[in-house]
Amino acid sequence: MIASYLLFILVLSVFVGFELIRKVPATLHTPLMSGANAISGITVIGALALAGGEQTELATWLGAASVLLATINVVGGYMVTDRMLAMFKSR
Amino acid sequence: MFDYSVLINFVYVLAATLFIFGLKLLGHPATARKGNLLSSVAMLIAVVITLFSKEIISFELIIASIVVGSLIGLYAAKKVEMTSMPELVSLFNGIGGLASLAVAYATIASDQTLSTFVIIVSFIALLIGAITFSGSVIAWAKLSERIIGRPIVFKGQVVTNIAVVIAIVLCGVSLVNNPTDSTIPYIALGLAIVMGVLIVLPIGGADMPVVISLLNSYSGLAACAAGFALSNNLLIVAGALVGASGIILTNIMCKAMNRSLVNVLTSGFQPVVTNDIKIEGEIKPLSAEDAYYVLEAAQNVLVIPGYGMAVAQAQHVMKELQELLENNGAEVGYAIHPVAGRMPGHMNVLLAEADVSYEQLFEMDEVNPRIEAYDVAIVIGANDVVNPAARELKGSPIYGMPVINADLAKNVFVLKRGMSSGFAGVDNPLFFKQNCRMIFGDAKETLSNLVRQFAD
Repeated sequence: MIASYLLFILVLSVFVGFELIRKVPATLHTPLMSGANAISGITVIGALALAGGEQTELATWLGAASVLLATINVVGGYMVTDRMLAMFKSR
Repeated sequence: MFDYSVLINFVYVLAATLFIFGLKLLGHPATARKGNLLSSVAMLIAVVITLFSKEIISFELIIASIVVGSLIGLYAAKKVEMTSMPELVSLFNGIGGLASLAVAYATIASDQTLSTFVIIVSFIALLIGAITFSGSVIAWAKLSERIIGRPIVFKGQVVTNIAVVIAIVLCGVSLVNNPTDSTIPYIALGLAIVMGVLIVLPIGGADMPVVISLLNSYSGLAACAAGFALSNNLLIVAGALVGASGIILTNIMCKAMNRSLVNVLTSGFQPVVTNDIKIEGEIKPLSAEDAYYVLEAAQNVLVIPGYGMAVAQAQHVMKELQELLENNGAEVGYAIHPVAGRMPGHMNVLLAEADVSYEQLFEMDEVNPRIEAYDVAIVIGANDVVNPAARELKGSPIYGMPVINADLAKNVFVLKRGMSSGFAGVDNPLFFKQNCRMIFGDAKETLSNLVRQFAD
């Protein structure tokens, strides 16, 4: 049951994603990619429970490593995207 | 103790909504910055609310990891040069893959009994994460010229690839049968890392925009698969959005080169196409002084930049020249081919950095129908993307690729170092056309020279 429910969410999200991204103009493709990088850092919320929970030592350290890596993605991705978008000026 | 799990899930719905609105606002340069901010707010509330979950009992490691990660991210974002954005995005793709890999591995290695479904999705997350990681590292090394850019192939590569895939599938099957076996995940991990390397090695430097887009997509899919392993909705939604974005960009890049994804991924295996088509005409060089007289009289000027402009760091001088031309009464526009630069939209960012307004940046399809109206087209460091052979020379390796029809403008100036051919290694008949003049030399120096002529 849980598998089909998760799959349902996946399929809908993919369609929303296609519709949204299709409308992004070519000018913004680089910021789109770095912004997407930041969003893929969402793994951090999965890793938090591993890093701070009652787990085996291995799982805890893997969780902490994942939090660290995903945070690099999140912070670095959003910051560099903002830096780029600030340069896009109208006349 | 109050159970926050219901609240957490509601906040996840809010975060997913904000991600979607953020991407929507990214659809226009005027609102894009707000969209990025909205997306980052979504991430922040998702992280903060997750900290309330009852599984989390200690915070020391979490805080330490977040602080260190933020500092590294901040440093990278502040330091990177805009010319090196492709390298940074590659590294970030790899880091995202590694993060998902760690989560998947921790799930597999945990001492809880897992359902077959969770084992399979964790295994998939592990694989995608590992392939994304090693593939991105190779892509980064190619982009930063730490390893050679041309396709790397060896004898028996195809057989090796197939063997690796079969071995990975066998690992998956035996893991499902022996979920507690701790050596199988190690073997699968190693194989997947080899797989990532094997996928990217045979891809040439010119095809890097495709590879980066594809790996971008993988990093999202890895997060998505990790979401399945943890039954976390928000991971699935956000990962799917990133996956979809990468797939769309991959598709746009492939179309812009008139090639299929399969062709890009395997082109290293194919013999080099040689064409003996003779090009008629002769090369006509022009001095910057003479170019100035033509530009002074021009009403409509189109600039067609390629990666060579970025290498020469000529975008800032070009902007100076643009202002002088505009003061002289000319209209100036920039035509940007989808695969100009090393990643999608790279040229646009470099020009934005040089203060060129985004309203002056045109896509190929906007420019081509009215290209005859331009008095001068200045091609800076671009070659294949303006090659008319794509339109008129059947049998040319790039025949059929959509190009900017620079040769149809009234005059064409090509700023070029020498007569070497482009990435694709194809001769360019544009250089031999009646209306084309070559201005040899470093693009930055040539443009500075033109700026000086205008100032006098």
